[in-house]
Amino acid sequence: MATVAQDPALQAIRAGVGRRKLFDAIFVIIGLLVMIAALAVLCVLFLDLVVQGAPRLNWDFLTSYASRKAENAGILAAWVGTSLIMVVTACVAMPVGVAAAVYLEEYAPKNWFTAIIEINVTNLAGVPSIIYGLLALGLFVYKFNLGQSIAAAGLTLALLILPIVIVATREAVRAVPRAIREAAYALGATRWEVTAHHVLPYSMGGVLTGMIIGLSRAIGETAPIITIGALSFIAFLPSPPVTAEFPFLSFAWLKDAFTAMPIQMFNWVSRPDPAFRVNAAAAGATLLGMTLLMNGIAIWLRFRFRKRINW
Amino acid sequence: MATQTIEVNEVASAMRGSHAGGTDRLRVAVEGERAVAGGAAVKARASGLNFFYGGTQALKGLDMEIRDRQVTALIGPSGCGKSTFLRCFNRMHDLTPHTRYEGSIHLYPDDIDLIAKDVDPIEVRMRIGMVFQKPNPFPKTIFENVAYGLRVRGMRSKALIEEEVEKALRDAAIWDEVKDRLNDSGLSLSGGQQQRLCIARALATNPEMLLFDEPTSALDPIATARIEELITALRERVTVLIVTHNMQQAARVSDYTAFMYLGELIEFDVTSRLFTNPGRKATEDYITGRYG
Repeated sequence: MATVAQDPALQAIRAGVGRRKLFDAIFVIIGLLVMIAALAVLCVLFLDLVVQGAPRLNWDFLTSYASRKAENAGILAAWVGTSLIMVVTACVAMPVGVAAAVYLEEYAPKNWFTAIIEINVTNLAGVPSIIYGLLALGLFVYKFNLGQSIAAAGLTLALLILPIVIVATREAVRAVPRAIREAAYALGATRWEVTAHHVLPYSMGGVLTGMIIGLSRAIGETAPIITIGALSFIAFLPSPPVTAEFPFLSFAWLKDAFTAMPIQMFNWVSRPDPAFRVNAAAAGATLLGMTLLMNGIAIWLRFRFRKRINW
Repeated sequence: MATQTIEVNEVASAMRGSHAGGTDRLRVAVEGERAVAGGAAVKARASGLNFFYGGTQALKGLDMEIRDRQVTALIGPSGCGKSTFLRCFNRMHDLTPHTRYEGSIHLYPDDIDLIAKDVDPIEVRMRIGMVFQKPNPFPKTIFENVAYGLRVRGMRSKALIEEEVEKALRDAAIWDEVKDRLNDSGLSLSGGQQQRLCIARALATNPEMLLFDEPTSALDPIATARIEELITALRERVTVLIVTHNMQQAARVSDYTAFMYLGELIEFDVTSRLFTNPGRKATEDYITGRYG
């Protein structure tokens, strides 16, 4: 060091590198701080809900209907309603969104018309959810005569998350290298075979990510399902989807009235009795738990799909 | 369905065999319907081939014959159109919008025009296989990579598929390396192995012709040597058309060489003659390294 480093040119290089690396260090610190802040807010929120709702977080709470007495009230109807709505939403949004995205990406010619569709799909993601609620009230509830049902709510939320699913799927489809498509085409595959055997399976990870983001948004949405007329106080469950006699599956539940977790929470928070606020906190913690569970399943699925794929 | 396909392939290879002569390297006759002047029969003939990307003409009036079960190399500087020419043979350009072919590429013995509008590109690709510049195995198992072409052709019998996969992997000289790990991902192989896997994948469906688009440009010298060896061996059973950036490679593996420049075919001859005694100044300049 002492003898070699006397060269002034070398000294200048070292000083320059040191200065530039300083920015690296600064960015790392900023990034860490921002990340910790974001995580801390989430943790505090969640812990606060859990602590506040702790007295009510038990099995009875999950298996009781709403009640006029705070200590008897539970969220059975709400979490069953929310789960069923999510099933409908996922079953509608996934095939429709994926099909739309694959069509736009693989089949549609690139012209001004598809360009307009693209811009509109992206814009739809920014439309306030109450607008979807109003649309659904007119279309699903009255025009299609679905009434204030689980089907109507599921379809509404599916519409709401459709743009998210489409955009995420298109990104994932676009990420499949051209070389892979060419390899399949060169073996004599048709466009449908290339899509079904290669493009879709390889982009499943991205599609699932889009579904996670979409469903996480849908599960907490309150405005659109209030608009279509969710009840806030029900003491019955939808008809069971599995029946004792043939054909063992029933879809009557689709037409049943429902309530959902955010609505139940909203209802409790707006009551004067502070005991209900404990219920609201417990319901909030449960809703977050449901979201985490749903995301966990999706992340596990995505991991399984991506394990083999590594361009 | 499956058996039909195989029968067709067998008939096709029998027909190829019937009029394929020895491997003497006679100068290519420029005219004549079959032009079997003691050499191999003609497998494909491009006549007056023009190709356009939008308004840009990439190939200009190409006339060339590809000999049956011989290796024909396409050489020339970057952007001369050799890859574009190669990709006409399996209609790869149909996947890109605003492209246009003119002229014809006839495939023999059935004399079908590969680039005619009423010929389905899928049919063409089922007869002519392709190996790409960068190894591009599917992110599936080694077995499924090779089986894919068979599955697309409707082959369902597990035993038959297994048999064909093994045969293709043997033909591609990679069987010994992968026989114990057929269920591993194709992406777990090294670059050279991946490229041989891609060759096996193309061979599995028994193509009449195999297109190689700079198959070794992403590989190290040892892997390159193995691929070259393989191409030389493949000459026994399939017509090979290979684009290469590497003149030594063209000289080593090919029977015939075509030199292209700016979208035109400048010279086409038996490889040994083109390299030792080129007829055109541009060819000589290129092979002596004056440009390229």
